Amino acid sequence: MSVSVRGGRVGERARRIDGIPKATGAHAYASDLSAENMLWGVTVRSPHASARILRIDAHAAARAPGVVCVLTAGDLPAARTFGLEFADQPVLADGVIRYAGEPVAVVAAETHEQARRAAELVEVAYEPLPAVLDMEDALRPDAPQLYEFGNVLRHVHIVRGDPEADAEVCVDRYYETAMQDQAALGPEAGLAVPAADGSVDLYAATQWLHVDRQQIAACLGLPEEMLRITLAGVGGAFGSREDIHVQIHACLVALRTGRPVKMTVGREESFHAHVHRHPSRIWIRYGATRDGALVSADVRVLMDGGAYASSSPPVLGNAATFAAGPYEVPNVRIEGTVVYTNNPPCGAMRGFGAPQVCFAYESAMDALAATLGMDPVELRLKNAVRTGSTLPTGQALTGSAPVRETIERCSAIPLPPEERATGRDPIAYPGGAGNVGRGEALRRGVGYAVGFKNVAYSEGFDDAAEATVTLRPSADGPVAVIRTAAVDYGQGLYTVLAQIARTELDVDEVVFEPVSTESGSAGSTSASRQTTMSGGAVLGACREIAEALAGRVLEEPITRTCTYHHRATTGLDADGQGSPHVSFSFVTVRAVVEVDEELGLVRVVQLAAAQDAGRVLNPQGAEGQVEGAAAMGLGLALTEELRLEGGAITNASFTDYLLPTILDVPPIETVFVEEPEPDAPYGVKGIGELATIAVTPAIVSALRAATGRELNRVPVRPDDLVGIRPPAATTGRAPIPDVPGQKAIPEYHGLRLGQQKLMKGRNT
Amino acid sequence: MTITTTVNGIERSVDIAPEASLLTLLRDELGLTGSKNACEQGECGSCSVWLDGELVCSCLVAALQAEGRSVATIESLGDDARLHAVQEAFVEAGAVQCGFCTPGLVVAVADLLERDPHPTDETIREALAGNLCRCTGYAKILSAVHVAEEASR
Repeated sequence: MSVSVRGGRVGERARRIDGIPKATGAHAYASDLSAENMLWGVTVRSPHASARILRIDAHAAARAPGVVCVLTAGDLPAARTFGLEFADQPVLADGVIRYAGEPVAVVAAETHEQARRAAELVEVAYEPLPAVLDMEDALRPDAPQLYEFGNVLRHVHIVRGDPEADAEVCVDRYYETAMQDQAALGPEAGLAVPAADGSVDLYAATQWLHVDRQQIAACLGLPEEMLRITLAGVGGAFGSREDIHVQIHACLVALRTGRPVKMTVGREESFHAHVHRHPSRIWIRYGATRDGALVSADVRVLMDGGAYASSSPPVLGNAATFAAGPYEVPNVRIEGTVVYTNNPPCGAMRGFGAPQVCFAYESAMDALAATLGMDPVELRLKNAVRTGSTLPTGQALTGSAPVRETIERCSAIPLPPEERATGRDPIAYPGGAGNVGRGEALRRGVGYAVGFKNVAYSEGFDDAAEATVTLRPSADGPVAVIRTAAVDYGQGLYTVLAQIARTELDVDEVVFEPVSTESGSAGSTSASRQTTMSGGAVLGACREIAEALAGRVLEEPITRTCTYHHRATTGLDADGQGSPHVSFSFVTVRAVVEVDEELGLVRVVQLAAAQDAGRVLNPQGAEGQVEGAAAMGLGLALTEELRLEGGAITNASFTDYLLPTILDVPPIETVFVEEPEPDAPYGVKGIGELATIAVTPAIVSALRAATGRELNRVPVRPDDLVGIRPPAATTGRAPIPDVPGQKAIPEYHGLRLGQQKLMKGRNT
Repeated sequence: MTITTTVNGIERSVDIAPEASLLTLLRDELGLTGSKNACEQGECGSCSVWLDGELVCSCLVAALQAEGRSVATIESLGDDARLHAVQEAFVEAGAVQCGFCTPGLVVAVADLLERDPHPTDETIREALAGNLCRCTGYAKILSAVHVAEEASR
């Protein structure tokens, strides 16, 4: 179904093009789809984190009412594993279980309820095996090894200058971050429809159609052109839909039965059906002169990748390359490791490795400011990178880097007025109406944090984006038609693409063709990249059309396809040197909090953000990105943590996994710093991930200011604030794995290989 | 078993499993997919509908409880051609991102404004505390409620 919309050019508060069908309930999400004669598929998952499968008895399930088929590993027709970076994740467990929640079987029946009931009848005999449940344990020589090459998924070593250089003042700190969930409201879902010629049409919620197709087709044993994927409505993603969820299972059943198959998971299963944000442990030492100039940074980053690789390698690449902060530090050593464990797989989530290290480096910067007796804002202004700075990888910061401007603009946002402590509406106290205190023990605190992140993919990967634009005449004037395979999962990409077409072609009406693999790859909607990448492709196509038209009256349709490439990057050498990132976006956040010191309850009073944006194409959409990102950072600061017991998630529900509500998220004051990024379309920068990164440390900084407590772990719990739970402890830095001596790490290819395959045939 | 209920003004008789929820009845049997299934525990408000005029999470109501009663869903509020003021306000204010929570929020806001045509921020926050949104950070949702209530002044 195509969408046709009018109004709104670059720089204007254009209405989002899919707003009305979403507000009426007419917009069809993946979980809303159905087809004639459709079956329902349900996945059977392992309750064990580490086990051997002794046998699977599916007879009872197969005979249950309505059941049409039961698939186990023995039924897989082709590739048995998939994965974004390495194909290491079994489609269905093949004798070995590596995490609790791993798929073991798929049951398909006439109704959803019949499939669910039959799934409970699949009898799996497990022999539990020793499990690796702690990321530091994974590095011990005597730890069970998840793979024959060991438990090290990737290690990054970065050294520049002399990390032992003398510094007059040092701070040495330890920080932990918890496993966070994307918790997109739309569940993982898809509908697979088989065709008479043995091909399949898949309608699914995802972030990158073409990389899905590569992985799915291999597991179906089909050439890619026999799998057509059309984007269904996507109910949020935030990284959780970069990996395959139900797609392969649904297609397998469709091919086996010759009938359409729908799969949609419930909330509990959703927590098992996607990857999470890596929990981390970070040891950081900053050295500085007495007047506050950073001399050195020595950082050890350890991340828990869980049982399968997912996108752990680039997540670690980001964490390591950002670990010293957006600061000029001449002497740096960074050791980053991501390990395999028997915990649930971790991968992409908004921020992609940046939030964990930002919590550490910003907390350490506060500690350094306190040690120096210096204003923390001053310390940051003094050390912030600028255009021309050199990063720890040796990469020269050639693009725009208005870090100081974001710090100054953020601190200039008026603070909220002081409020009286007593006599308030109970809802205005920390903890809300349930708080038994009435303002007797309130402490206010203010904290700042600066964060940064790369835009688009890194380490030599050419994540190009293709788009096709047609300008055609109509009775009401020319109409622009956009064909793109890019996914808009809520951030407003299509609205921005329409604004670009209207601006460049001077049209009002823009029509979007269905988003499918029938168009060329637009790359992933992630890494804050689509406004730059697909925006660049649409802009390029529009300008070629304008050139072809050369001011004449349009008589025949003109079509142009454009592929946008960002500038080339490089991998990291043995010392972590290279030019791995395309460009950077920065943000400064200020948090004002109130703590009830006796109850350990928190009220965030205000968040203020100054966002480096290059150029804002749609102010309303840009504000929405900052506000939504801020709420997610607030969640990690205060409530969001997936808890594990024996490797199994114990709080897989919205009753127990606490998302911020409208009562928890305060007013968010946003200003944009617009310094155009050279070479980017209109000078834009992606911004969607930034506030998530810096809000967490800003809130914790404010909590420290209010309570004087150390607070070295997020989320901060009430127990931490009243002092019942001591700070997270460490016995010292985790060991650095012997790399590459033991050949512990498979060679890192990144997505580059896959992308080369994708782009082949399009460039020739 | 068969139950008879009035949905958006039309009497419907449906054969349904006794354990099915009202949400399942609406979505899977009647094809009214505007009400969303996001948590199945009454925590997120995405499935909010009116049952005899009272706002409920349809995932927590057994389909059988709708026997002989009247259900109104998001589909009863407006369509592309004629938007309800709250729907118009959500689009205008930029309160829609992925949109999965939007139908539930639109229903909850319409319900709030019926009871309190000009609510304060505190009242709005309290009324919408049962509706989770993962995309917007709620700022534009708060704005949307004000756009809607100002439109009725």
